[in-house]
Parts: sequence; structure tokens; C-alpha cells
Amino acid sequence: MSRKPYATVVTANDLIEGDVVYLTAAQTWTRHLEQAHVLTDQTEAEVALAAADARPAEVVGCYLAPVRQTPNGPQPAHFREEFRRRGPSNYAHGKQATSMNAA
Amino acid sequence: MYVYDTFDHDFLTERNRQFRDQVARRIDGSLTEDEFKPLRLMNGLYLQLHAYMLRVAIPYGSLNPHQMRKLAEIADRFDKGYGHFTTRQNIQYNWPRLSDVPDMLDELAKAGLHAIQTSGNTIRNVTSDHFAGAAADEIADPRPAAELIRQWSTDHPEFQFLPRKFKVAVTGSETDRAVTKAHDIGLRMVRQNGQPGFEVIVGGGLGRTPMIGKVLRDFLPVPDLLPYLEAVVGTYNLLGRRDNKYKARIKITVHENGIDTVRDLVEARFEEIAPQFDTAATLAQLKRIETMFKAPDLRPASDLAYQAAYGADPLFRAWADTNLHAHRDENHAIVTISLKAHGETPGDATSDQMRLIADLAEAYGHGEIRISHEQNVILPHVARADLPALHKALRVQGLATANVGLISDIIACPGMDYCALATARSIPVAQEIATHFDALKLEHDIGPLKIKISGCINACGHHHVGHIGILGLDRAGVENYQITLGGDGTEDAFLGERTGPGFAYDQIVPAIERIIRAYLALRDSPAETFLQAYRRVGLPPFKAALYEKEQVDAA
Repeated sequence: MSRKPYATVVTANDLIEGDVVYLTAAQTWTRHLEQAHVLTDQTEAEVALAAADARPAEVVGCYLAPVRQTPNGPQPAHFREEFRRRGPSNYAHGKQATSMNAA
Repeated sequence: MYVYDTFDHDFLTERNRQFRDQVARRIDGSLTEDEFKPLRLMNGLYLQLHAYMLRVAIPYGSLNPHQMRKLAEIADRFDKGYGHFTTRQNIQYNWPRLSDVPDMLDELAKAGLHAIQTSGNTIRNVTSDHFAGAAADEIADPRPAAELIRQWSTDHPEFQFLPRKFKVAVTGSETDRAVTKAHDIGLRMVRQNGQPGFEVIVGGGLGRTPMIGKVLRDFLPVPDLLPYLEAVVGTYNLLGRRDNKYKARIKITVHENGIDTVRDLVEARFEEIAPQFDTAATLAQLKRIETMFKAPDLRPASDLAYQAAYGADPLFRAWADTNLHAHRDENHAIVTISLKAHGETPGDATSDQMRLIADLAEAYGHGEIRISHEQNVILPHVARADLPALHKALRVQGLATANVGLISDIIACPGMDYCALATARSIPVAQEIATHFDALKLEHDIGPLKIKISGCINACGHHHVGHIGILGLDRAGVENYQITLGGDGTEDAFLGERTGPGFAYDQIVPAIERIIRAYLALRDSPAETFLQAYRRVGLPPFKAALYEKEQVDAA
């Protein structure tokens, strides 16, 4: 069985709002996983994580979340990240509400 | 209800001022998250999957209508118009902004509510019997003792950095509705030679390593309560492990050192510190508190209205059969308002529902409201004559579900829909079980049954003591649900037995149905409850029902 290629994004929660954010290639924070910068080299990813951790006035709890790369951009590799991207399943709250408003 | 005095008001104001300052310093960058985290946790503020979460204490589960309206106001002003009542008699707001939390706490303080020590390695909200002061089987109202313990434990300088969190529950009844044997300390009010006191149970807990508590002292006289508790927690504070988070609870301390060693150390510490306590002042304070929990003046009233509605209205009859409990006064009843409408989230109440409950508590319930660890709301003192009108009013806000103690009256933790620790979802499993058995019209035929669901091994959903317990896990990146059977959270506390391999998310409801069908087929009569039947026949027939079908499918 071949190993899956390494692919992660830096994710965290916004300091004030507490909602889920992802790091972009421009080193800014986005609410949309599709806009996140996918890191394919583990060392590079760890450097990016350390840099993100050094921005405590913006975010809380940075970590690397594995993703699957698809033509539509990165997709969560684990169901926990799918919930973080979407919101809870009992109410249309969280990101799913925001994206409905935007649509 | 306990009424704050000047000391309490000043304390809370000062504490909230300090936390406001801490939040400001976190936002302006003077505090790192590592520095801020223990401070926010001590004030009930978590960071969850999608947002912050504020956990507000409802001390020993008692609220007055003014406080309930304040909870509704907070839900509307700072959250999404609802709150989630938990198994520890707290309410959680799932969507606050960090910068709003100081204002939320100031608003709560206006109604004598707070979030102090609802998290962190401290003595948590003291829980109690939700039927306190009303139950027919009660020896004494446990709430004055619970309030005394709250005052003693709040900001106690020795116990702000314990090895791990510490939970105390108090019950005043032979029937244990407070799960005292699954707490770090469980206190059961007893009498010995006419003298009131407590049986002290220690080292119970669920979570990763579930344990039933052991008796540390079979009779503790009331005047010794605080020095003895201080001796227990002090002993644990020194002896408890700090090297491993998973071995830090007092249940492990008791397990590793033995109950006799712990008892010897506690008794020695008690002898040492008891003289430092001003017993007379403590008893005077307890007496003062007791006067605030004076039972309401219950007037005799004809229950003809009740009889008439019971005879004529099948909806009322079904509700009365499941949602009422015996009050010590025969003209009154204890009403449980179900927060488990089929398909809704267990324990959630909208702000409109909260306001209606507050209004109805004033109109029919002597202004008393309780929150149960089973995530329902109780009106403890309702005249039987008022029950039809109350039932009718509850229906307006979808609060008249007749299912208390039945299969859809499920305890469920927030699970992976909200909780950062969760390994799987709980809420949708509860929703689907409730709607499934409602559609089958089997609920009332099945009879008394407690299903409890946790979304991780920390067991906030009390799955170990569910008649049917469900534990959601992450197995190789997919949700998987383990089942335990035969658990019991009452005075006969017992940990459920695992049936075997778990079930996938879309297989858990069919699995529960196979257990239920097996029970219906093997029970002696409809009078034999699920738990009684399980105790009679044991695991094998249920295991066969659960797994045989799978094997057939696989073949």
C-alpha cells in the first residue's frame, strides 16, 4: 500500500470570534478551507505552524490538519475537520449558516 | 432559594472585574493563551470546535423565574437564542464572542448567577437531587448543605490548582437521583439516633476509568461537614497524582492507595484541622441558609380538575403518567418538563421556552425551577388541580412531550457537533433513536428505559450508568459506537457491560432496535422493565440479538 502524499493546512480558531480559520499562502487567515495554503512538505509545514503559533493576538490553538487535494481545492481528510468546516449537525449554525447567507 | 448578601455581590463584582481585565489583556496581547487559558477555564470559558463556549453554573440545579429569564436574555443578546442544559446542572452557551463574555458575566451577576469553577482543576458546581425539597421519599432538603459547600469551595485558596477537577453531589433521599456514587465525593443525608448527618462516598467517577464510589465514613455529623470535606480534598491535593492527567482523579488515588489508607490520612488530617474551624459560625450560616430554602406554603386544593382531564384527555393522561412524580404533599405533584421532544437536541431550550417556563413557575409552581442531570426542567411544587392548565400552556412551546423515563428521554453530551474533545457525534444519534421509536409507536410499550450517550471516553453523557449506554469513538477515521448494557446510576449504582464490537454510525439505531426487540420478546410481562429483564437473563440473549443478524448479513 502506498503512503498517502503529505498534505496539511494550518488551522486555528479566531481569538475574538472563536470560529475556525485557515492560513492562506499570503499568510492571512481565511474562513474558507478552499482558500487555505496546502503544505506538502512536512518540514515546511512545521515551520509554518511555528510561525502561526507566534501570532497569539490573532488566533488560538494552531495545528496542522491533514487534507485531501482535489480539483475543488483541499478537502478534510478526517470527519472532525469536516464538522469544523461545516458546523454542527443539529442546527444550521456555524460556517454552513454563513455560506448559506453568502449564496 | 439562596439570596446573595452584600459579601456575595461584592465578591462576584470583583471577580467579574478581574476577569474583564484578564480578557482585555488577552486581547491586547499582554497575556499569552497559555497564561490566559487557566484563567478563562476557572471562569467557565472553553474554546470548542466552532466557537467559545460559556458554561454557567446552576447551583444544585435550582433557579428562580428571574434567573431563568436572565438565561433567556443572555441567549438572545449574546448567543443564538438557545442554551444547552447539561448533565452537571449547568447551562452552556455555544456561540459567545470572547469580547462579549465579560458583559455576559456582568448580566448574569445581576441575577445572582456566575460561571465560577464550572471548569478547571477546581471543585466544580455542587450538584443535587432535582426533586429536592419536594420528593415524598426525602429525609431532608439537601440544598442548604450544597449551598454551604458552594460557599466553602468557591475561590478556596487551597483548592484552585487541584491535580484534576473535583465534583461533589448531595442527596437527601434514599432514592439516589443525583448519581452520588459516580462523583469524587457523594454525600447522602442520613440520620443516626435521630441526629442528621451524611454518609460520605468517595472515589466514584465515570470517564476513562469508571469506578463506583466507596464509603469513606458511614456517618458524618453535620457540624463536621466542612472540616471533613477540607480533609478529604486536602489529602487528595497532596496524594493525588500530577504526573499523568488520566490518573489524577481521586478515584485513582483511592484505587491505588486503597480506601483504608485514604481514610486513615483523611481522619488524621481532620483531627488536625477541625479545631481551626469555627463550628458555631458554620452552623449559624447553615441555619441562615436553611431559612432561605423554606418549603412553600402548600394549600390543600381539590383535584377534580385533574381527575376530569385525566379521564377525558388522552394526551394529558399520557403526560401525567410519565412526567409526574410523587410529591410529599398528596395534593401536589412534581412536574418534569421534557427537553427531549422527539427529534430535538436533548437538553436544549430556546429563549421562548425558558421564558414560558419562568412564567409557568410563577403561575403554578411557587416560583421554583430545577434543572435535572437528565437534562430536563422540573417544577417541583404544582397543585394537582393546576396540572391540566399547566399541560395546556406547555404545549404552546412544544414542552409537553410525554416521555420522561422512556426510551426517547436520552442523556446526550454535545459530542462532536460542538465539543473539542469528542471523538464522535452524540446528538444526532439521540435524535434518530427518539424519532425512530416514536415512529414505531413502541415507546410506551417499552416502558422505563434510560439510554445515555457519550461522544468520547470522558463520559459526560454518563453512558456507563445507562441501562443502554452508547459510546462514540473514532475507529480508523470513522465514527464507531460501542454499546454497554445493564448500567444503573441510582443507589444500586452499577457499570454497564460492553456487548462486543461497536457499530458504524448508520448501524447504531438498528442495533438498538435489535436490543429492544429482544427485550420485548423475552420479558416476563410488560411490568418487567428492561433493567429487571437484563438482570434476570444477563448479556447473552442481547448479545445474540445484536450480533447474530450481522453474521447472517455477512454470510
